[in-house]
Amino acid sequence: MADSSFDVIVVGSGPGGYVTAIRAGQLGLKTAIVERDKLGGICLNWGCIPTKALLRSAEIYRNTQHGKDFGINAGSLTFDLKQIVKRSRGIADDHSKGVAYLMKKNKVQVIEGSAKLAGSGKISVEKDGKKSDYTAKHIILATGARARSLPGLEADGKLVWTYREAMVPETFPKSLLVIGSGAIGIEFASFYRTLGAEVTVVEVLPRILAVEDEEISKFAHKQFEKQGMKIMTGAAVKSLKKGDNSVTVTIEAGGKTSEITVERVISAVGIVGNVENLGLEGTKVKVDRTHVVIDEWCRTGEPGVYAIGDLAGPPWLAHKASHEGVMCVEKIAGLHPHPLDTTRIPGCTYCHPQIASVGLTEAAAKEKGYQVKVGRFPFVGNGKASAIGERDGMAKVVFDAKTGELLGAHLIGAEVTELIQGYVIGKTLETTEAELMDTIFPHPTVSEVMHEAVLDAYGRVMHV
Amino acid sequence: MATNILMPALSPTMTEGTLAKWLKKEGDTVSSGELLAEIETDKATMEFEAAEDGVLGKILVPAGTENVVVNQPIAVLLAEGEDASAAPAAPAAKKAEAAAPAAKPAEAPKAAAAPAPQAAAKNDSGGRVFASPLAKRLAKEKGVDLAAVTGSGPHGRIVKSDVNGAKPGAAPAAAPTANLPAAPAAAAKAPAAPKPVPAAAEGTYTDVPVNNMRKVIAQRLTESSQEIPHFKLTVDCNIDKLLALREELNGRAPKDGDKAYKLSVNDFVIRAVALAMRKVPDVNVSWVGTAIRHWHDIDVAVAVATDGGLITPIIRKADQKGLAEISNEMKDLATRAKANKLKLEEFQGGGFSISNLGMFGIKDFSAIINPPQSCILAVGVGEKRPIVKDGALAIATMMTCTMSTDHRTVDGALGAVYITAFKALIEDPLTMLL
Repeated sequence: MADSSFDVIVVGSGPGGYVTAIRAGQLGLKTAIVERDKLGGICLNWGCIPTKALLRSAEIYRNTQHGKDFGINAGSLTFDLKQIVKRSRGIADDHSKGVAYLMKKNKVQVIEGSAKLAGSGKISVEKDGKKSDYTAKHIILATGARARSLPGLEADGKLVWTYREAMVPETFPKSLLVIGSGAIGIEFASFYRTLGAEVTVVEVLPRILAVEDEEISKFAHKQFEKQGMKIMTGAAVKSLKKGDNSVTVTIEAGGKTSEITVERVISAVGIVGNVENLGLEGTKVKVDRTHVVIDEWCRTGEPGVYAIGDLAGPPWLAHKASHEGVMCVEKIAGLHPHPLDTTRIPGCTYCHPQIASVGLTEAAAKEKGYQVKVGRFPFVGNGKASAIGERDGMAKVVFDAKTGELLGAHLIGAEVTELIQGYVIGKTLETTEAELMDTIFPHPTVSEVMHEAVLDAYGRVMHV
Repeated sequence: MATNILMPALSPTMTEGTLAKWLKKEGDTVSSGELLAEIETDKATMEFEAAEDGVLGKILVPAGTENVVVNQPIAVLLAEGEDASAAPAAPAAKKAEAAAPAAKPAEAPKAAAAPAPQAAAKNDSGGRVFASPLAKRLAKEKGVDLAAVTGSGPHGRIVKSDVNGAKPGAAPAAAPTANLPAAPAAAAKAPAAPKPVPAAAEGTYTDVPVNNMRKVIAQRLTESSQEIPHFKLTVDCNIDKLLALREELNGRAPKDGDKAYKLSVNDFVIRAVALAMRKVPDVNVSWVGTAIRHWHDIDVAVAVATDGGLITPIIRKADQKGLAEISNEMKDLATRAKANKLKLEEFQGGGFSISNLGMFGIKDFSAIINPPQSCILAVGVGEKRPIVKDGALAIATMMTCTMSTDHRTVDGALGAVYITAFKALIEDPLTMLL
């Protein structure tokens, strides 16, 4: 029997939990991680990674469709849904095994089962009806979140999907309605639309991708419509009527009600924290609207109990969870980490064109009382973007006019999810416009748009 | 098990220091309490003792390294018989982290707490100040001297929030609270650097890096000058009697041995200041914002010029000490101050300062108050001057003294009562026996 007493026990092995465990191991803390399902959590198994695999298939399909423009004739184009899904699942499985290796390498003991707090410094893990008890000086809860379910619009896994079913379709739906236009909804909408499904996106807010800068939202909206997506904003799904192989959706928008019949519905209306069955009852851990309340060091009200990642609060991003976990465990180890600064957390959406951003939107900056300097640059002014046939996109930057602090950066276009880190590093290093202007960007690259947008903010733009 | 020896914090406000000298070599056996190294802080050089027995396996921070951040590993202590190869390699602070005792998380932090050794580069005196571009720009706009700001970023890098918390021309992070005993005092004018630094053509100047002591002097005296409402009271003291008494007393001094002494005029000044404080205790006070703190002991600080700047060692309970004792103690303190060998407690605190520039022939000057004290006495040269005595011109040896006073704690009348008491003691030194 393995050890039952630890310095740190992490509950949940998603990108928050397993990274926390690695860092704890690195710091010489005796660490265990509890997982009820597969190592790697949603991110690795049912989220970030497998969806990127699907979207890559869609991208290759789209590029091949446009092969003629590039002088490539691939004959008649088809796709093999089974293979697309199989590839995605294979990648997820590989990576889950990778996490098992990482746990071993960092001397983190993996405990299979469902964990529950069982008194101060104690945790009880149940696996197949059998209970084992463990003790730890520090318990870090990283149980993540799951899809939110709206009353009357509950997913059934057959006709009404969550991300989970949407990721492993057995047949390809000819028509699809996506409720919610956050990153998850839009990525699935993009995937299915690219492969030819009739896709309708219904968003209750006045615009899609509401967390993004308004200009970016609008740009994306136009691009999606150009691709044949139907988008209804300021619209609410009132009811779902299920048929044999179809769903009739009643939508209310602007006081008018309409009906659409589709083969499948994807519900992507946000998430709720996995706070149940953790033994939080009777502890000082506070839960607010399905999320655990924490302080700047991820401490809950209960001594020795911490929460990180989606369980603890927004933004719902894997890299935020990882960062929080590292910070939390470094604090435990007596290092001097810095609390999370949410304006330095980038967000990426892998639709086509891609969207990536960090920091404040123009509106948010103004709301905070900043006098802003805003710069923009379109992809059409970038040589590399034209060369690779990706002329739809733009970069937008927001500076504090007074200090030159980079407040926010917003990108839409090819490969921008890989580009955004340039601005993120800049923000973390507390750059001003001067250093960005002084930076030599390689030519020809799409990254030059980032430089030009900064130049534009200060009236020095070159290529428009 | 190899453990890291960490840069000690030798005072509550110390954030970094210079590792002046290693007193042990790699491979030397060290027992608990033995001296390991000399650490120079912004105020003094202090000896650092080993906390545990072992063998000095590896020195991670060589002697002479400046701005070593507190809690950074500076050496590795091996257990007896342990191979030196067990020591984590110098750049591998991370390895040291990984090797931290697994079963004892309470200790793991210690071993892991520090940034990698290269952290030493921070705020190198006169060298590059590590600050983010935004912090630099904000500092320039606000007139904050970055060299005086303590960085909270990685490896002590100064970031936006550090500058936003800083006061123009000062260093808030290190700013002592009113009740924290003070550091070097004021004799000359505050060396407040003009900000922003005026532009000058390349090659027309040389920037000489400043040491920690200079930084503290700059910061504290600027603060004192800007924050404390100073007013000055001047008296001319006839010291003919004092000089005669001094000559007589020095004539009686044993040539050598414990009882030997050679009194200076300043020794009389110290005693007179102390005795006058006993008579007028209300000047032995500090402004603490919501109260006036009355100190119980009469501790007199005396400014001593050193190569690196100036420092104010303290004659504790000076009112209870005789002239010979004051004299000898002062000589010892001054000698050690010049050698940078004062202990913290020997220069922190004090209720009153004396700055004497008489030996330079200065007739009259005023000094900047050494916070949190309320008064500083600037003592000029004793010189023969014409005076009016009994309605006729006469010649006397006169010494002009100017007291700078914090008006928040000591008003004009109180200051006048005090300096009159002082003058009476100086002019009639036999009353110092009473």
